[in-house]
Amino acid sequence: MSASASAVMSRLSEIVGDPHLAASAQELAGYAIGGMRPSAAVCPGSAQEVAELIRFAAVEKLGVVACGARTKLEIGLLPRKYDLALDVTRLDRIVAYDPDDLTLSVEPGIPLQKLSAALAERGQFLPLAVPFANRATIGGTIASAMDSPLRQAYGTARDFVLGMEFVTGDGTLAKSGGRVVKNVTGYDLHKLMIGAFGTLGVITKINFRTFPLPRETRAFVANFESPARALDLRERVSRSPLRPLTLEIFSPGVADLFYGSAAARDGMNPLAPNLLTNQAWAFTSGVAGTQEALDRCEAELRAMAEQARGERFSILRGDQVAAAFGRKREFVAIALESSPAATILKIGVLPSRMDEILPGIESAAASENLRCATMARGVGVIYAALLPDASSEEARECVARAVTLIQDACDKAGGDATIPWCPMAWKSAFKIWGGDGEGLSLMRKLKAVFDPQRILSPGRFVGGL
Amino acid sequence: MDSRLIRELRKLLGADAVLDKREDLLLYEYDGSVESARPNCVVFPRTAQDVVVVVKLANQYKTPVVGRGAGTGLSGGALPRLGGILTVFSRMNRILAVDVENQRATVQPGVVNADLSAAVAHLGLHFAPDPSSQKACTIGGNVSENSGGPHTLAYGVTTNHVLALEMVLPDGELVRIGSPALDSPGYDLPGLFVGSEGTMALVTEITVNLTPLPEAVKTLLAIFDSLDDATETVAEITARGITPAACEMLDGWTLRAVEAYVHAGFPLDSAAVLLIDVDGLREAVESHAEAVADVCRVHHAREVRVARDAAERDLLWKGRKNAFGAVGRLSPTYYVQDGVIPRTKLPVTIRRINEIGKKYGFEIGDIFHAGDGNLHPIILFDASDPKQFERAVSASDEIIKFCIEMGGSITGEHGVGMEKDRLMPLLFSDAELELMRRVRDAFNADNLLNPGKIIPTGKSCGEIRVRPLPVAGSLPA
Repeated sequence: MSASASAVMSRLSEIVGDPHLAASAQELAGYAIGGMRPSAAVCPGSAQEVAELIRFAAVEKLGVVACGARTKLEIGLLPRKYDLALDVTRLDRIVAYDPDDLTLSVEPGIPLQKLSAALAERGQFLPLAVPFANRATIGGTIASAMDSPLRQAYGTARDFVLGMEFVTGDGTLAKSGGRVVKNVTGYDLHKLMIGAFGTLGVITKINFRTFPLPRETRAFVANFESPARALDLRERVSRSPLRPLTLEIFSPGVADLFYGSAAARDGMNPLAPNLLTNQAWAFTSGVAGTQEALDRCEAELRAMAEQARGERFSILRGDQVAAAFGRKREFVAIALESSPAATILKIGVLPSRMDEILPGIESAAASENLRCATMARGVGVIYAALLPDASSEEARECVARAVTLIQDACDKAGGDATIPWCPMAWKSAFKIWGGDGEGLSLMRKLKAVFDPQRILSPGRFVGGL
Repeated sequence: MDSRLIRELRKLLGADAVLDKREDLLLYEYDGSVESARPNCVVFPRTAQDVVVVVKLANQYKTPVVGRGAGTGLSGGALPRLGGILTVFSRMNRILAVDVENQRATVQPGVVNADLSAAVAHLGLHFAPDPSSQKACTIGGNVSENSGGPHTLAYGVTTNHVLALEMVLPDGELVRIGSPALDSPGYDLPGLFVGSEGTMALVTEITVNLTPLPEAVKTLLAIFDSLDDATETVAEITARGITPAACEMLDGWTLRAVEAYVHAGFPLDSAAVLLIDVDGLREAVESHAEAVADVCRVHHAREVRVARDAAERDLLWKGRKNAFGAVGRLSPTYYVQDGVIPRTKLPVTIRRINEIGKKYGFEIGDIFHAGDGNLHPIILFDASDPKQFERAVSASDEIIKFCIEMGGSITGEHGVGMEKDRLMPLLFSDAELELMRRVRDAFNADNLLNPGKIIPTGKSCGEIRVRPLPVAGSLPA
């Protein structure tokens, strides 16, 4: 922070009011990123205050990191500058909810759980079943583009965010899109904000289309001796008329995670015994519909699983559907809790190439004697958790070698493997984002437009954006 | 236009790839909108490299360059507002790859929308965006405009189906953005470029998602004696959380025009019909259709017909998709609006549109994507009478302003183009328009690529200008 630190503080206090400015070491520790603490944390009470803060930060060249519940603050590289934590949790209103139009407008700081409860009262929901669901805010969920098992049926946020209001790096309060379900008026700037990790703007309002809650659900689990067979079932399902809500394949290592203590977090129901074992790959899929449709899904999934040479089929109902679904949702959170140096890769690859990647992950982990658990979504997104028992230098080297093998395999399969989670101290040694392809120069141009002073989460994202 | 530019284009693209005779250019001065603008020359690239050549030459000669697919657009997106080189993609019309296992296809921009669906139908797949012009319009055009269509109600618009693009930037650089795999790291560049109406890049290759065809489809025709009953039915279908695959409304005036042309069996004496598709699993379709029919009856539908077979279904849909053609038989010129409103506001908005029609002395037909709240009021007018045109524009503006008052938007799927740029200040502040301009300029610094679109060009954005009236014989060159 510049020479007159006290002048900066008094201006910040002027903008947000003293009670909403934190500067004590203890308070600021809660905003630390990899041990790096900001000089101040502010909790603005309106979008106008956010704009004023950013305008001030742009003049003073303060590095600003926006945050909500701080469940995903560790994702990405260390900020080049971190003067100000911009905590949006006071912006937590439902601005408008029109259940009869299935549209919604919210501020970013509202906790997902609170929002879900409000929507559920009207029999609706947002298909954002993301990890840390009991704490995460909607803003952080969108800024980090967390994906969800429900993307199998509903897509991702870019498919149901209708518009946004945000503050750019020069303090301009702007909006794009709208609150109608179909709209091509102007550039879709809000799409850029999804998954930009706060590097292009600070989100101050998000408009969504909402969805009716599925009434009846069931889940289906089958075990397989190899990932290839589980993937064979995935392909059969994709060619069938069935449209499941979720479709995930779990590696044998997931059983220990899901039956372990970390999975009992947040009051989740215990998972029925023997659904998963650490000897087999598991295919799990959730379906929704009328009883008649569910019966048919069940029969056809069973028949297809038999053709794919699956074993030990289970049908889950009621609480057990929730127990399994909750674990799918919280896979990342559970994995992070189960190792002092959990390193989680997120891989995007064509579904047909998953049969190269999944065995590659297992062998890479095995060659370094690392515990490992992998969740592969049917759409071609894989979360691979490497779970060393220590965070030692030796562990880092093992993990680094395994990561290199996995990232090479992904390259070969035409996919991308980023590392959203690993100990912050390890990040400089890893290729955290990759993605330095042809698009990077375009991304740089956009960064220059939205954040000319490079004050918004500087250096945290792809290519040091 | 500099004759050296034409000579160089001929030399580099081939003589048969360049048109510059007046009589040839006349064919390219229109699209599906009421606008017109004549190019100085038309080129037909065969490859992405050809497009690079065109863009580089355009830069060298400081000449605007505008992309065009089939010219079916409804907002002047493919018209060269300031003249220049019109780049027509009709020769880049190959389906490059179909990946059945991953349900993806890679196509050149000139592939006709319906041709892609036809080419993959035997695999049980289709390309979901289905604009009414799908038998002619191209996927490149769909990408530029982020096109919709009746079935986007359930399946999403073009941007929801585009994974990756190869494109030529305004400086002539050929780049690939996005990835056939999901969640590629970095900003959502396809999300920005899809729907940017050709103002930031010329797309030369598109990778899209293909969608499995539904196992079962039921098409319902609900017939109403009152317009209000029909719109209230749509509002309640939405409110009950029923999402049909498509939910279209034709008012009495429009369906009489359509029936005279298509003979689909639309009832001539009704006030409105809803054409509704439900699709999915056999089991789901039955209960879904029953739920829809139930809402229709609650709102006094005189009759709810279910299409007996594919032939009857196709006929009903043919009526819907050819509606604008049918209207064209009644009047040489008509003005189609594209406002969007919250579905809960349908009844009041449709009533208001009819009042506006009366006020200005027009019969306004309504045929639209009711389930999305995307209205297409049609105003018939005689273009040879400048006064009428002026009144049509005024009526149309009043409709759009009402849509905005209702919390809506000025275009749902047709695009801003050169038709609605002057209306942008109704929705966006000067600062917001300036941000959009800066985004555009980041790629299109000299504004040679499709200039004069989307963002109003006037110095003061806050002021709404009335478009200069087209006068016969003085079309912009």
